[in-house]
Amino acid sequence: MAVPRFWREQPQRYRLVGTECPKCKGVYFPPRSVCPTCRRASVGKMRPRQLAGRGKILTFTVVHQPADGFELQVPYVMAIVELDEGCRVMTQIVNADPGAVRSGLPVEACFRRIREDGKSGVIYYGYKFRPVRGKTATPPSVIVEAQPRRRRA
Amino acid sequence: MSRPVAIVGIGLTRFGERWESSLRNLITEAGLAALQDCKVSGEEIDELYVGSMSPGQFTNQELVAPLVLDSAGLADTHIPTTRVEGAGASGGLALRQAYLSIASGHADVAIAGGVEKMTDVPEKDVTRILGAASDQEWEAFIGATDPALHALIARRHMEKYGTSREQLGLVAVKNHKHGSLNPNAQFQKEVSLETVLQSPLISDPLRVFDTAPASDGAAAVVLAALDVAESYTDRPIRVSGSGQGSDYVSLAARQTLTSFAATKHAAERAFAQAKAQPKDVDVVEIHDSYTINEILGIEDLGFCKPGAGGVLTETGATAIGGDLPVNPSGGLKARGHPIGATGIAQVAELVSQLRGQAGSRQVRGAKRGLALNTGGTGVVSVVHILEAV
Repeated sequence: MAVPRFWREQPQRYRLVGTECPKCKGVYFPPRSVCPTCRRASVGKMRPRQLAGRGKILTFTVVHQPADGFELQVPYVMAIVELDEGCRVMTQIVNADPGAVRSGLPVEACFRRIREDGKSGVIYYGYKFRPVRGKTATPPSVIVEAQPRRRRA
Repeated sequence: MSRPVAIVGIGLTRFGERWESSLRNLITEAGLAALQDCKVSGEEIDELYVGSMSPGQFTNQELVAPLVLDSAGLADTHIPTTRVEGAGASGGLALRQAYLSIASGHADVAIAGGVEKMTDVPEKDVTRILGAASDQEWEAFIGATDPALHALIARRHMEKYGTSREQLGLVAVKNHKHGSLNPNAQFQKEVSLETVLQSPLISDPLRVFDTAPASDGAAAVVLAALDVAESYTDRPIRVSGSGQGSDYVSLAARQTLTSFAATKHAAERAFAQAKAQPKDVDVVEIHDSYTINEILGIEDLGFCKPGAGGVLTETGATAIGGDLPVNPSGGLKARGHPIGATGIAQVAELVSQLRGQAGSRQVRGAKRGLALNTGGTGVVSVVHILEAV
């Protein structure tokens, strides 16, 4: 991906900033310039909205045949997470045993390396989600501590 | 008011790994076969539409619509040519454009083709190119492949309705059985449920045998205004309904993952135009790029209640000889899925069925057929209803 194409989305990718419609209070991620509910009435009025980055897994899959650039992470988990604010986000689930991930699992956003453009290219960072620790319902067996990153041969 | 339109000729190549054939060879082969099927000569064509998802990425060739005309020896006719793209629905969209051009009165005869040449690139590139049919920035870039997106849908359907892993597998078993009866199919071999359930995981719960293959192939149909159709063929097949719908490109933006609103939108309009209901349909072609998509299709088209598609499959109703034969051609799973060609090949199968020319896979007494062609994760849907005249 070209550098500007990524750079212009950094607020969304780094800090999970969506948009809110001032009329219906609908929250959207990724950001929208038009609210699909209020349409014309929302044009030019959509406001940035910082998301808390907490939610539950709606559905998930364990990917065995990876996307380009994700070869070293197989098997990895992709999920749609329903955020507390009401909108849904497509995300990778990390720090979790793929075999123990379940729909309904409480998760929170974290900041991670997404991919890189070859050995000397740009490194892309952004959000992923991990099981919520501590007082929530996540069984301790689901959580896997972060491992040192495996290097390319 | 639009005027009635009929399909007068069909042409198909064999689907599969066609190492010996280029993009232009394939579409020319299909196009010429369609013209020979109906006694239409090149200069009688008013419009030409070609559906192709990504010739630029698969073969570095854009401008494929005029290339088709050129390859068919018709460049001197200067017929207008247009390429149409809607990912997996590209073929269905091309057909719809050809249909609309005649229904509107603008054209009397039009040809709609579809083609994809997918095996000139490594498998890894195929996965990446198919990813262009999702939201590049918010799905593909962060690791969600096309199979992963369909796996998210499949799991949701299983958890919401109790659809079983076996029911998904039975879609593939049935379509391979049908494909074994189709001499143009990529896979003309039956598979057992055990084979499907033990095939390698691609994106859990979906396995290799839940997915359509990468294929080379082309298909073409010739359409004409119904009032002139009989000068080209003895057996015109009327296009009695044509509907199209769209949806959010990103799965995460949708309210529901267990049905495709684009399909419902397209089906409602096609049924209304055809003055028909689901119970009036004798044979169906559904876009089973993944097994879950055939189950969603059965439900979204109104052939059963939401969530009942898996059970209906299990009863055998969707096999040839059942109450609602789905994908007698073998579907995308067994016939093969050269992306742009698929929507045209579906309709060509229906024409064969309605003419009574489908050989050992003939659905007996078929008078009305329906084709559902989708692109992306149900982002674009096209429904056509065809009737024997």
